Amino acid sequence: MNPILEGIVRALQLIFSGDPTVYGILFRSLLFSGVATILAVLWAMPIAILLGLKDFPGKSIIKGFFTAMIGLPTVALGIFLWLMLYRAGPLGFLGLLYTPGAIILGEALLVTPLIVSIATTAIETVDPEMMNLAKTLGASESQASTAVLKEAINGIIFSNVAGFNRAIAELGVALMVGGNLAGFTDVLTTDISAFNARADFATAIALATILLLIVLCINLIIVIARNPKVLLPLGKMPQ
Amino acid sequence: MMAIAELKNVTKHFGDRMVLDNVTLQIEEGEIVALLGPNGSGKTTLLKTLAFLLEPDTGEVFFQGERVTKANSELVRMQSSMVFQKTLLFSTTVFNNVAYGLKIRKRPKTEIDNEVRKALKLVKLEGFEKRSTGKLSGGEQRRVALARALVLKTKLLLLDEPAANLDPKNTSILEEVILTLNRELKTTIVLATHNMLEAKTLPHRIALISNGKIAEIGSSTDIFGKLSRNLASFAAVENTFGGTASLTEEGTTTVDIGEGVRIEMAARSQGEVSVFVSPQDIIISKKPFESSARNVLRGRITQILDLGSLVKLTVDIGKLFTAQITKRSFVEMGLNLDAEVFIAFKASSVQSV
Repeated sequence: MNPILEGIVRALQLIFSGDPTVYGILFRSLLFSGVATILAVLWAMPIAILLGLKDFPGKSIIKGFFTAMIGLPTVALGIFLWLMLYRAGPLGFLGLLYTPGAIILGEALLVTPLIVSIATTAIETVDPEMMNLAKTLGASESQASTAVLKEAINGIIFSNVAGFNRAIAELGVALMVGGNLAGFTDVLTTDISAFNARADFATAIALATILLLIVLCINLIIVIARNPKVLLPLGKMPQ
Repeated sequence: MMAIAELKNVTKHFGDRMVLDNVTLQIEEGEIVALLGPNGSGKTTLLKTLAFLLEPDTGEVFFQGERVTKANSELVRMQSSMVFQKTLLFSTTVFNNVAYGLKIRKRPKTEIDNEVRKALKLVKLEGFEKRSTGKLSGGEQRRVALARALVLKTKLLLLDEPAANLDPKNTSILEEVILTLNRELKTTIVLATHNMLEAKTLPHRIALISNGKIAEIGSSTDIFGKLSRNLASFAAVENTFGGTASLTEEGTTTVDIGEGVRIEMAARSQGEVSVFVSPQDIIISKKPFESSARNVLRGRITQILDLGSLVKLTVDIGKLFTAQITKRSFVEMGLNLDAEVFIAFKASSVQSV
């Protein structure tokens, strides 16, 4: 059979048979990239709010830096982190290398520029008079900022989703600082690469299919949660 | 009477440009003041200074006798509100927009519901609470913005071009609301406008603004009564022209407004005058036609501004005239930029201001 078809059949088998190894890999992928995104949001959002709402010297340089870093190759960040974390490296004492912590830290750093850039743009797109409008209606400085952020909420959510997508889909960081240790630091992308190297194309394709389905499902859920009305046309379909 | 707000020797720069030039202005409690001046004359900056949204570079701002500083501006802003020229609404429901300031003031929910309903009734948008603001017409959005400010019942209400580019129906609703607020709640209102008629009907006092200065200030009758030199130089105001009037044999008046343009006016007048023709009173035709209109002038369309159901045309006949016609006529006549047209208006439509 064609390896792609074989892989898809195998993917369905693995999903529906409840294979513990596959679900373990899937669980780790979701967990590591989820925690990494939350961590990144925690420090990226204050930066985005500052860049989006305030004017200060050097602002455009900082914005330019984050925009440029969106394209940071994952292996480049991976090798840099490896050098920081390996036993003789400056952060080697932390003992993080080849642990989930290293993957989470690396992916959080990886997606930070993306979240900062998209969220900053979303905040800046709100009419600058919005701040004055809230103020003239009685809002304090911080209440007025909140009003502006509310107007930018769609873009902000999009920035977080985009961050998660990049985290779950990246390979370089997870491979270099996670080490693809089976049952401990292996995730979908690292296993796809490993099975491919072992010429087990069917399993590689199966895992790739699962990754694709997961990304599609999560994004679909977010779209529907944001605007349940997108489901309306389905109800109108001929029975 | 007591001054509710006061500017003393206020100057303001944006970069190198001086926008307010040593402005001193007292707003008395309970009055309606119009700031009349062309675009870019500093009206908006003046309003924002009165709304305590902009700090002057030099000079002082007072509210009810108290000097406004950075420290107390948040508190003072609770007692004034401004409606911007560009309608900005929060992208949520009409209710949430109008309730915003009341929520900030932590009023009880039943009171908020009640006040929002009353404010929407006043601007003739009853039952609009649950609508989303994105689906309203331009005029309705403008009225929501007004309701959102007036629901706060602040002592001072600042309106930036409240009726600019609105159709007559929405304009009259707005004017009615402004008068009601002033009469029943004794709200002090300062409004910026470049529309002569608006300035003539609403306010008690008028300040003529030009180049960041108050060129003249006085009662409505004073400013429009005497043939102010300043008013004549306000040609940048829509369809307002300064000129020399002379009587004709038939008892009407001809006004030479320069560039070889002479227009006929029903009212008798002589010497220096300022005249105004309402854009609604001007008829556009593609060919000269016989009618009772005493003024028929040939020109070219130099600007087209789409206002939804209405279209504003600027016609160059030597002087620039603005005409307002319905979108339907505009489409049916197949008008476009640079087209040659005739403008026509009655001698009685020409008002001496």
